[in-house]
Amino acid sequence: MIALLLRDLRLAIRSGGGFGLGLAFFLILTVLVPFGVGPESQVLGRIAPGILWVGALLACLLSLDRIFALDYEDGSLDLLATAPLPLEGMTAVKALAHWLTTGLPLTLVAPLLGVLLSLPAPGYQWLLITLAVGTPALSFIGAFGAALTVGLKRGGLLLSLLVLPLYVPTLIFGAETLRRGIEGQATTTPLLLLAGITLGAIAILPFAAAAAIRINIR
Amino acid sequence: MELKVSDLACARGGIPVLTGVSFGLASGQALLLRGPNGIGKTTLLRTLAGLQPALAGEISLDREAFAYAAHADGLKATLTVAENLWFWARIYGTRDIAPALAAFNLEDLSERQAHNLSAGQKRRLGLARLLVTGRRIWALDEPTVSLDAASVGLFAQAVKAHCASGGAALIATHIDLGFEAEVLDLTPFRATADSARAFDDGFSEAFL
Repeated sequence: MIALLLRDLRLAIRSGGGFGLGLAFFLILTVLVPFGVGPESQVLGRIAPGILWVGALLACLLSLDRIFALDYEDGSLDLLATAPLPLEGMTAVKALAHWLTTGLPLTLVAPLLGVLLSLPAPGYQWLLITLAVGTPALSFIGAFGAALTVGLKRGGLLLSLLVLPLYVPTLIFGAETLRRGIEGQATTTPLLLLAGITLGAIAILPFAAAAAIRINIR
Repeated sequence: MELKVSDLACARGGIPVLTGVSFGLASGQALLLRGPNGIGKTTLLRTLAGLQPALAGEISLDREAFAYAAHADGLKATLTVAENLWFWARIYGTRDIAPALAAFNLEDLSERQAHNLSAGQKRRLGLARLLVTGRRIWALDEPTVSLDAASVGLFAQAVKAHCASGGAALIATHIDLGFEAEVLDLTPFRATADSARAFDDGFSEAFL
């Protein structure tokens, strides 16, 4: 398990691994928004929570199809499926590796990008908290989508269509927690719901992803 | 008996390709699977590996002792030869990759990234993976593709050593590997249109 995690992390940071792609996309998106809506800090501050959350979500989506597709193409998915590693554990580890290489860096740079969007001062800690709690769900839901589309030629677009609707609850509760945090309202309920979605995704979706892979590699 | 297959039928993409396959494989034995392209050698090996379900028949096999080497070597281009082997060694719970590197003459290449290897060198690395699995039963799908004569010799030696130490090997191949082994020709087991229809009826009855 640890060997697989280390291998995936190593592959991600080697050339062509796609690490940083999501980060660069997130940066460009948040830089573009002020050009589009104008520089007034009041307007930007109001829309910043939503923009930052949507940006993080899209940046996460960008690297989803690599989770299983690369292993499928070079044959290692077949070999992993016959290895003494449970397929459920394999999908969970690969989703975790995806989070460590996209969700976690996105969470860490988001406060810096918040400055570009004049995020109000109380928002920074809530931005960190909501992204840290919410992005694991994005990786695990995404891994399930990637498992469903593995083996399809150019399955990336279909993957986006499948996965984006499933991201809606995470987006709603993540952005809502952040907004309430900024306005000083109670955040417990949406934050608990956000955490619940993440825990549910981590508990259930590796099994669903493993089942999808078993069918897709037949 | 390490592996016993009786009356096995298997399908590729939903179409039955082989029916009534029966054979056994004892420890110390190498069995060569022969037959024209498309007869179902790969399908048979994938079924034995548990990657796809059998249509009918029985497979008696200890999957914990089984290692499968497919057409594709499953190498990661940006990892070095040693890192690729290390990964599989860790997955299979073995530690030592040096004998595998030596058996396929890969020691000088061990720090080279896999995308800088030639096709034959990649294949040798893929075969070295079998040695680090530490499994008793090997199933190999056309292992000698893109190997030169010397490398085929290395491979034959590795299989002989494996069988001599109590292992067994099932090898789908078209060429002469240069050692004594039993041969199973799959041509007589080709699924005919009739048998395909029989399976179809069976399936509709089972599902409707």
